[in-house]
Amino acid sequence: MSETPKKASNEGFLWLLFSAGGVVAAILIPIQLFLFGLAFPLGWLPQPSYDHLVYLMSSPWVRLYLFVMCSLPLFHWAHRFRFTLYDGLQVKHLNEVIFAFCYGGALVGTVLAAYLLLSI
Amino acid sequence: MTEMSELNQAAHTEFHPRWYRKRLSTWWWLGEWHYLVFILRELSSLSVAWFVGLTLFQLRAFMRGPDSYGRFTDTLQSPIMIALNLIAFCFIMLHAITWFNLAPRAMPVRVGGKRVPEFLVAAPNYVLWIAVSAFVAWLLLRTS
Repeated sequence: MSETPKKASNEGFLWLLFSAGGVVAAILIPIQLFLFGLAFPLGWLPQPSYDHLVYLMSSPWVRLYLFVMCSLPLFHWAHRFRFTLYDGLQVKHLNEVIFAFCYGGALVGTVLAAYLLLSI
Repeated sequence: MTEMSELNQAAHTEFHPRWYRKRLSTWWWLGEWHYLVFILRELSSLSVAWFVGLTLFQLRAFMRGPDSYGRFTDTLQSPIMIALNLIAFCFIMLHAITWFNLAPRAMPVRVGGKRVPEFLVAAPNYVLWIAVSAFVAWLLLRTS
């Protein structure tokens, strides 16, 4: 019982990340996935040239945009998938493993995104 | 839910036997449209993770140079990747639309004591969505 307040405040913070990630995922991912996953590979729209991408990536704002687009949606995934697993599998003794897997995964993805974007 | 089951176990004695609970089928959500949408929306998080993973590989390929990036875009043209991205796109759209439509429920707006219709509260989300999408497309397409 003594741990309840600490736990509750954690959940609030994680829910904020989930919520922010949900907004970012809803606004940014549809167009990104549509262009890079469907429109460019299927030839509906002309693929941007490598040089054009180099030009775009030279802007720190573009790299910040890509970092936000990668990191926050991962925390959105972590929160939602955690509860999908909790409720779907109903394996209470594994809840801590699931928690570590989900947020650990989101952290690893965030670090990878930061590493890649800083080394470009 | 979890508190309830703990309570049940604690209350399980000779004179207070375990309550009868019907075992819920794993496929309970197939029966009704609302449940189905709920489950599909929950599963949309997998598509979010898929997209971010793909983007990280794309960034790595980009970092390694034009040849590597060319191989990456070739991979995206394979039928299996097209199929996976199409599925992911549908789930992402489900997430986006349910997310935007949730805003008026999470934050009911009242003007002059009257509740503003939900579609009017959700509308700015859609306007922002279209504007940002158009801007991203413009950045990527303008001098290619």
